[in-house]
Amino acid sequence: MLGEIFKGLRTTLRYLFRQPVTVEYPEIKRPVRERFRGRHELKRFGNGMERCIGCSLCAAACPSDAILVVPAENNLQQPNSPGERYAARYEINMLRCIFCGYCEDACPTNAIVLEHQYELAFYDRKSSIYTKEMLLVPAEQGHGDIPPVLQQLDRRPSPPAQIDL
Amino acid sequence: MTSAPVATRDLSIPSPGDITRPALAGEKETMVLNMGPHHPSTHGVLRLVVELDGETVVNVAPDVGFLHTGIEKSMESKTYQKSLVMTDRTDYLAPLSNNLCYVLAVEKLLNCEIPPRATAARVLLVELQRISSHLVWLGTHALDLAAMSVFLYGFREREQILDIFELVSGARMMTSYFRVGGLAYDLPAEFPATVQAFLDIIDGRIDEYEDLLTHNPLWLERTKGIGILDAEAAVAFGVTGPGLRAAGISWDLRKDMPYCDYDSYDFAVPIAQNGDTYDRYLVRMAEMRQSARICRQALQRLHDLGPGPYVTTDRKIAPPPKSEITHSMESLIHHFKLWTEGFKPPRGDAFVAIESPRGELATYIVSDGSPKPYRVHMRTPSFVNLQALPYMARGYLVADLVALTASMDPVLGEVDR
Repeated sequence: MLGEIFKGLRTTLRYLFRQPVTVEYPEIKRPVRERFRGRHELKRFGNGMERCIGCSLCAAACPSDAILVVPAENNLQQPNSPGERYAARYEINMLRCIFCGYCEDACPTNAIVLEHQYELAFYDRKSSIYTKEMLLVPAEQGHGDIPPVLQQLDRRPSPPAQIDL
Repeated sequence: MTSAPVATRDLSIPSPGDITRPALAGEKETMVLNMGPHHPSTHGVLRLVVELDGETVVNVAPDVGFLHTGIEKSMESKTYQKSLVMTDRTDYLAPLSNNLCYVLAVEKLLNCEIPPRATAARVLLVELQRISSHLVWLGTHALDLAAMSVFLYGFREREQILDIFELVSGARMMTSYFRVGGLAYDLPAEFPATVQAFLDIIDGRIDEYEDLLTHNPLWLERTKGIGILDAEAAVAFGVTGPGLRAAGISWDLRKDMPYCDYDSYDFAVPIAQNGDTYDRYLVRMAEMRQSARICRQALQRLHDLGPGPYVTTDRKIAPPPKSEITHSMESLIHHFKLWTEGFKPPRGDAFVAIESPRGELATYIVSDGSPKPYRVHMRTPSFVNLQALPYMARGYLVADLVALTASMDPVLGEVDR
């Protein structure tokens, strides 16, 4: 009977001389996996243009209605995005967001991406709303070429049905 | 043994009001104790109204509903695709099992074919989920009975499983990885090696837990002969899962109503005879080993199948790959159509039951032909298993109530949904 207790104690004793598997969190951060779904970022193309074309598909795909997109027509002289429209307002309510990644899956231009930042504490409900300025990456962090399907700005006079895709 | 089991055949399930009413003239005065909803050993927000005669439990009334989130009702106003994320949040210790049950039901409605690679991946992940869920049960059960090391060891191994989930889906717990028609994304390249690393250690680690508990006299004293649920009563209450199998009835949907090609895997259904807390412990420990066995076979199967489609190619159900939508107008239309409106299953209903870590988990969906389900009902094992609690607890001590509640492993998110 005591033997069985000692058998258990031997197991715990063995761990006394091993390295702990835990990390001291705020000082040491466990790396997250590549696919980790954390805070969103709005991406840009290599030339600095916003990837978001204001199609609102992310807002439609969101199961918790956390996304607000207000699209506007691009100024042809100084376009924000390579499409006809861009997101004039883009807001994500982080209190509603459940980080399911549906917005990322739905986005046709890979504009919204769930990145690896997971420390999202705030003091009041107002600061839970992340605006476009907070989500948009700096202009120099753009990547990738604009797909031909989006390069329509110079061809706007032609009716949409005749746009060569 | 701490108390003599009382042979009661009282199958009644009291409501809290039956216990809190004042004693009638001539009745024995008893004490009413409120256990929960904020009590760590009720494993969630479960309120137990306990009627006590000294230390002995005379009657227990489980009071549920503190975690009611209206998930079933909310699903009626979301498309089939969007409803999926809510299934993660019913049984939050086994989200992948819930995902699987839901997508199988929707796939049955749609009558759609699943690629073999997706099915094998589903089996592998669901069995990992079973191990991780049982590890939480083991850890908290042992912690309730003051064995702290098992809790720490169990959570260490669980973390490894959660890391695998993060690797494949991007989230440790709320995975939403199974989608209607297959998987959300393909398995990453490092997946087989990561799973293999876990499967290599898990059997040795289960041996360690068993070293700490299985023959430990203190553990035996607290669990053996406690909270007996005999086969007859288990069937009468509709108890499924380890609770039923510990009573000696071999009923496992993976064997008896196979889904996801479970009939082609080689595994055993562990059963025990006495139906007490100790037997439920033994059954779950043996189940973890069997799950690891299924995982090895599924991993081998994934290796043999090689790369292939992970989601159905039916564009009316699953959106096309994103690389297609920049140069194919049809793909772009399908993509927009599926993410805004969703697919429309034909009118009808579908019922699918699977073996979740806690027992029989079933989803019943009624479709009216629109992109949103008309009604979704989930038959959740925790809710049904909880009915047996008064029967099991009568005649034991308050301390035993903690042990036998833990051994039923209720998840309150699933009880109230």
